[in-house]
Amino acid sequence: MPALDVRRRSGYLFLAVLVAQVVIISAQVSTRSGTPALEAVALGLFSEVQRVGSAAVRGVREAWTGYVDLRGARAENDALLRQLRDARIALQQERALAQRTRGLQQLLELREQVAVETAAANVIGAAATPDFRTITIDKGTGGGLRPDMAVIAPSGVVGRVVVPSARAAKVQLLIDRNAAAGALIERTRAQGVVLGTGDGYLELDYLSGMVDIVPGDTVVTSGIDGIFPKGFVIGWVDEVERSGSTYKRVTVRPAVDFSRLEEVLVVLTPPALDSAGPAEARR
Amino acid sequence: MRFLGIVGALALALVLQTTVAHFVVRGTAAVDLVLVVVVYVGLSFGPTSGLLAGAAAGLAQDTLSIGIIGIGGLAKTVVGYATGLLGALFIVAKPGARFVVFYLATILHAVIFMGGYELLGLRDFGAPYGGVASQALVNALVGSVAFHVIELLPGAMERRAANRGMRMRRR
Repeated sequence: MPALDVRRRSGYLFLAVLVAQVVIISAQVSTRSGTPALEAVALGLFSEVQRVGSAAVRGVREAWTGYVDLRGARAENDALLRQLRDARIALQQERALAQRTRGLQQLLELREQVAVETAAANVIGAAATPDFRTITIDKGTGGGLRPDMAVIAPSGVVGRVVVPSARAAKVQLLIDRNAAAGALIERTRAQGVVLGTGDGYLELDYLSGMVDIVPGDTVVTSGIDGIFPKGFVIGWVDEVERSGSTYKRVTVRPAVDFSRLEEVLVVLTPPALDSAGPAEARR
Repeated sequence: MRFLGIVGALALALVLQTTVAHFVVRGTAAVDLVLVVVVYVGLSFGPTSGLLAGAAAGLAQDTLSIGIIGIGGLAKTVVGYATGLLGALFIVAKPGARFVVFYLATILHAVIFMGGYELLGLRDFGAPYGGVASQALVNALVGSVAFHVIELLPGAMERRAANRGMRMRRR
């Protein structure tokens, strides 16, 4: 009997906790709008812990990589010199191409590329649960951040701001299952929507069966979603599966390595729907 | 003392999950360190500690995520309670048995967590079998190793025996 009592007591407690959480879930599902205050407060508090944790981890990593770097500095230096020489040659070619492009733009009376205003931010934490693909950055509403602002990195699109607090913000990565962005194939200008799959890859959906897509095609933002500026690189087509005349599945490999993100740029200016982006400038 | 230990372990797991796990596991963090701690608490301290640790840890993760607050809490409460019952009814002392418990606990957590989101129509997880299986494997490995390491600490076996004895006396 005493054993039954203990089990019954913990059973009652179990039921009480379950009911309480079901009530919490129900309240959010029926009345949720905008940013929940509880989330913003929790993020604000925990981001300070993450800031300290991230600084400690970064310190250890930098000390370690500093040591490793020192060992391979000579070989790396030689390799970098070779890369620099190649890059200078490539730069000359790009300059010539840019001059030619500018001339063509003037000839066609195209609009000048709209420069986007950005704010740099450090990544101070990742998702608290592996089922969501988010990061926490060290800039919040105090730095001018608002929900739905685009977040980019030098290599491509990262995601969007979802919950900003005063000094930090939660960013939903493009690879999250609930993330999406308007996209187009740079080569053919075919439009579609890129969707996160949660496993590190992206899927290109809502494509016409008539368009031509091949592995290796560059996928850029189309700007039609009103979040991401037009022309930023999302990734490259990895695999194309056709089913008759329609596309069954188009897998996109993201341009950004989300596991190595340390610094990002938040786009502060809302994108103009018809603005020309960097991809347009390259063409 | 035990309470502070559990709270400290959960807080440490949460901090590690959001900092170190991000850098260690390439691509996507496929380990849930918080779940590992909840299962450990359930197995070591019984159903009440397990369910309370699960509820607190799950709610903390929910508030720090972009999902609905309570679904993760619900999943971890059930996992903490179930593993607590399992630990109270059976002697789960062999590494193999612990591995299986951690593995099954991750599967149970995924079923409740993803099932909750799918049921409410808030998130489509597709067919996440591979992802869940790999996460269960990693959690089971991390959990089994952590369990073993904790038992190597001085006085750990005595504390464990005392906890078990206390639970038996309560019965």
